[in-house]
Parts: sequence; structure tokens; C-alpha cells
Amino acid sequence: MKDRFFVRLFVDRALRAACLLATVLALVPLASVLWFVIVRGAHGLSLTFFTGLPKPVGEPGGGMAHAIVGSLEIVGLACAMGIPAGVLAGIHLSDSEDTRFARFVRFSADVMAGVPSIAVGLFVYVLVVRRMQSFSALAGAMALAVLMLPTITRATEELLRLVPESLREAALGLGVPKWRATVRVMLRTAAPGIATGIMLAVARAMGESAPLLFTSFNNRGFASSPAEPTASLPVNIYTYAVSPYADWHEQAWAAALVLVTLVLCLNIAARWLVRGRLP
Amino acid sequence: MTVPARSGSLGLGYGSKLSGDAVFSRITRFFALVVIVGLGAMALEMAAASAPTLRAFGFDFVLGRVWDPLHRVFGALPFIYGTLVSSLLALVIAVPVSFGVAIYLSELAASWQRDLLGFLVELLAAVPSVVYGLWGVFALAPWLRTSVEPALAKSFGFLPLFQGTTHGFGMLAGGVVLSIMILPTISSVSREVLRSVPSSLREGALALGATRSEMVRLAVLPYARSGLLGAVLLGLGRALGETMAITMVIGNRPDISASLFAPSYTMASVIANEFTEATGELHLAALAEIGLLLFVLTIALNIAARLLVGRVGRVALGGRL
Repeated sequence: MKDRFFVRLFVDRALRAACLLATVLALVPLASVLWFVIVRGAHGLSLTFFTGLPKPVGEPGGGMAHAIVGSLEIVGLACAMGIPAGVLAGIHLSDSEDTRFARFVRFSADVMAGVPSIAVGLFVYVLVVRRMQSFSALAGAMALAVLMLPTITRATEELLRLVPESLREAALGLGVPKWRATVRVMLRTAAPGIATGIMLAVARAMGESAPLLFTSFNNRGFASSPAEPTASLPVNIYTYAVSPYADWHEQAWAAALVLVTLVLCLNIAARWLVRGRLP
Repeated sequence: MTVPARSGSLGLGYGSKLSGDAVFSRITRFFALVVIVGLGAMALEMAAASAPTLRAFGFDFVLGRVWDPLHRVFGALPFIYGTLVSSLLALVIAVPVSFGVAIYLSELAASWQRDLLGFLVELLAAVPSVVYGLWGVFALAPWLRTSVEPALAKSFGFLPLFQGTTHGFGMLAGGVVLSIMILPTISSVSREVLRSVPSSLREGALALGATRSEMVRLAVLPYARSGLLGAVLLGLGRALGETMAITMVIGNRPDISASLFAPSYTMASVIANEFTEATGELHLAALAEIGLLLFVLTIALNIAARLLVGRVGRVALGGRL
């Protein structure tokens, strides 16, 4: 009897240790990736990296100013398209009762969230690039907006649902129109949480490269308008990494450091916004 | 529409057809519709773009083993094989670890560990795919080539899985990178599923004298089983569609080989590599059809996964995935 007890205790300890080990093991790649990005990226980082343009192929030096600006431009345009659409669709989902339409929208958003980003790139290529006869920052932005849309929609809906209905009733009782109660009371109360959802979606979009390959494509200099092929950090990391030049590899690491810093800052800021307020 | 917004406040809307409320609800409804239309347009546009190969090859497209754009022969089997095998390999590696993480975070850890470790695991999902690819090329693949693959060949070389020359770049590298990338998906969904298990079950098990691990095994896991399967399917869906990282490490050769050391090619990779340089309408259509297959496959998996997760109870996935 006593033996059995110790066996059970031992198994319990062993399984707990295995779970802890799994958690530690899961974090090893994160540590390794960050280590490599910081050490090798810092090596390639310099002022010209931020201000210079690429030198002709094979010549060392130069920078990625065009890709940094291009990435910000594409993500900015994507935000302009994706955020209002997502937030408004989310408002509709939380405002409307469980109609068949609302359920179908919710379902579509969930399904859309699972569509591979490369398929979204293909879709935008067929829809926009082929018709405009040119790769463009606009097409890239549209692909990213499609990727952001379902996340923002569902985040907005979930967070609006957390706001107590009594707040809305109080506003309506004071004679405020329903839509103003939604915007000024409900939306404002849920704003930090929604902002978190949006920032996470933007961070994800910023790191996407697959949907940009054949929408915004690439450019060796600054694009003069959003209707032209535009360079971006993720696409440049890819082309530089698979190139045969050691100098380009170094720049790829530097670009990765810049990108990871941007993405992680967005992530940490997003979580900081809702610290202690969400389960 | 010259009505002041205030008119809606009395619910009277004197003489107007559209109150502020009606306008607002139409606007939000329109954008909700955009979500549905977007998804539908995606399916239609891709089906239309792949029509030429659907007509030319029909079902043989999926079974053909030769991919030769120069001679206009398109068979997608090597890519389908590469996608499925690399994703399954990723699951084999990631599922046990993810479940361990989820159980630790939801059942065993102290609350400060829960927050910190949970945050770190989710950061794994925040690292961009192309950065994993870069890391794969310059850190993982050399390590696999010099340490892991020779060791595997030495101990398990009698299996066809671990034979052949070691390149570093190949199926094994692809599977490992994918497993890292789907780990946060599977573990965070599993964690949500475990959290939705009623605590009365846990208390009952503990009251009967179960140890913590017996409680997890006997009370929590059986209840959560379908949700955990759903988490695995969501991870699989992500693995199938993952593009950049795996393109950079899998070797990109359309061969079907039993060895995990051999280079391979996935559906997403061939689209990424060949699309901008596609020669001719049929080549483009062939790539679009691969995209369509991927689209249909991942959607089916996602729907199945969400139904399974939904069976456990109300698990909040929406904002996160």
C-alpha cells in the first residue's frame, strides 16, 4: 500500500517535471532566434543602414532606407483600409442580435483568419495587380488589410461584448441616440482592449512577407508613388538572405533586427495597454 | 439627408427617412458584408484563375509527379507530398511539447509564472516568418548538418527516414522550423481549452485523493479531448499554409524521397518561388490551382477545428487567431 503511494507520488513528480521541461524547451528557439538576431544584426547595423540606398549588386555597403520607408508606407495604407472596416464590422456583430447574417459574418471572419497568407497574396495579385498591370504598394497594403480584417473584427466584437450593457442603457436613458451611445460610450470604454487587438494585428502584418512577394514586389530605390512596386523589410530580408553575397547576409540580419524590434515593441506595448485588465 | 443627428435621439425622426441610427447601422452592416464578400471573392477569383489547368489536367494535376514548366507539364504531387510530410513532422515534434506547455501553464504553474511564461510563448508567435527563415538558413541548417543529422544517421540509420547525404537543408529542417512556428498556436489554444474545463471536475478529483497529474489525466484531459484535437488541427492548418520560413530551409527540389535529410518542396514554396517568374498562362494557372488547393484544405481544417473546440464550451479564440 505504502509502495503504491510512493510510486504515485513519483509519477506525479515526473509528469510535472516533464511539463516544466516542455515549457523550457519551447522557449529555447525563442532565445536562440533573439540571440542570433541581436548579435549578428548589431554587427551589420550602422547609420548608412538607415539612411542609404542599396549599392549596385556585388558592391558592399549601402543601406535599406527604402525598405524601412516602404514597409511603413505599406503597413500604414493597410491600416487605413483594414482598421475602420474591421472595427465597424465588429460593431455590427456585437450590436446585432444573433441573426443568421451575424453568425455567417462571424463564421466567415473565423475562416478568413485561417487562410494562408500566400493565398491572400495570390488573390490580390489576380484581383488588383493583374488588372492594374503593375505591382504596387497599394496592392501590398490591400493584402495586409485582408489579413488584418478578421482579427480586428473579432477582437472588436469580443471586447464590446465585455462592456456592461448598463452603460449603454444609461446613455440611452439620457436621450443620446443609439449610434452615439455605441461610439462615445461603448467603443470608448472598450478602446484599450480594441487597440491591443489592432496593434497585435498590425504587428503580425508588419512581419508578413509571403503576401507581399507578388503584390508590392520590390524596388531598389524609393517608390515615387503608391502605385509603383515598393520595397519592404520582410521581402528584402528574404532576397538578401538567399543571395550569395556575405555583405547582403549581414544586411539581412540588420534588417531582421530592425523588424523584430518594431514587431516586439508593438507586441509589448499592446499587452501593456491592457495590463491586469483582461483575463 | 439633411437631418441633424439629434433627431434620432427622440426616436421620432421628424419628416426624415434616415435617422443617424439608421445610417450608422447601415454603415456597420456594409462592412460586415465586406467580410463575407471578401472570402467569397477569394474563392471565386482563385477558381477562375486556375480554370485553364483545371480544364487541361483535371484530376491528374493532383496525381502527376512531373513539374516541368518548360514543356508545360504540371503535376503537383511532389508539392502536396512535401507539404503534408513537413506538416506532419512538425506536428510530431510540436504536439507533445505544446500539450506540456498548456498543461503546465493552466494546471501547474504559479500565477506569476503563468503570466511571464505565457507571454514568452506567445512572443514565439510574434517573430516574423522570414526571421525564422533567416535563422533557419544560418543557424538551424548548419547545426542540423554538423550535429543532429550525423547523430540520427548513426543511431537510426537502418530506417529509410534517416539515410542519404546530410545537407542541413531539407525535410527535417523544414519540419523543425514549422514545429517552432505552430507551437504557440497549439499551446495557446490548448491552454484556453483547458481553462474552460469546469473547476468542479478538478476539485472532485483532488477530493478523491488524486495527485495533480492524476487529476489532469483522469478529470481534465478526457473532458477537453475534442478541444485539444481542434487545437492540433488549427496548428496543422497553420503549418500547411506557412510559406517563407519553410521555403528558405526545405531545399526546394520537387522530389519524393523517403529520407528526411533529402530536399523537398511545398505547395506554398512553389507559389512563392515561381509566381513572379511564371512563363505563360498555363504556368500561372497551375500555381493558382495549387493556391486554390491550399485554400480549400486549410479552410476545411479550420472549420473542423473550430467545431471541435466549440464542443468543449465557450472558448474565446476570435481575437487571437
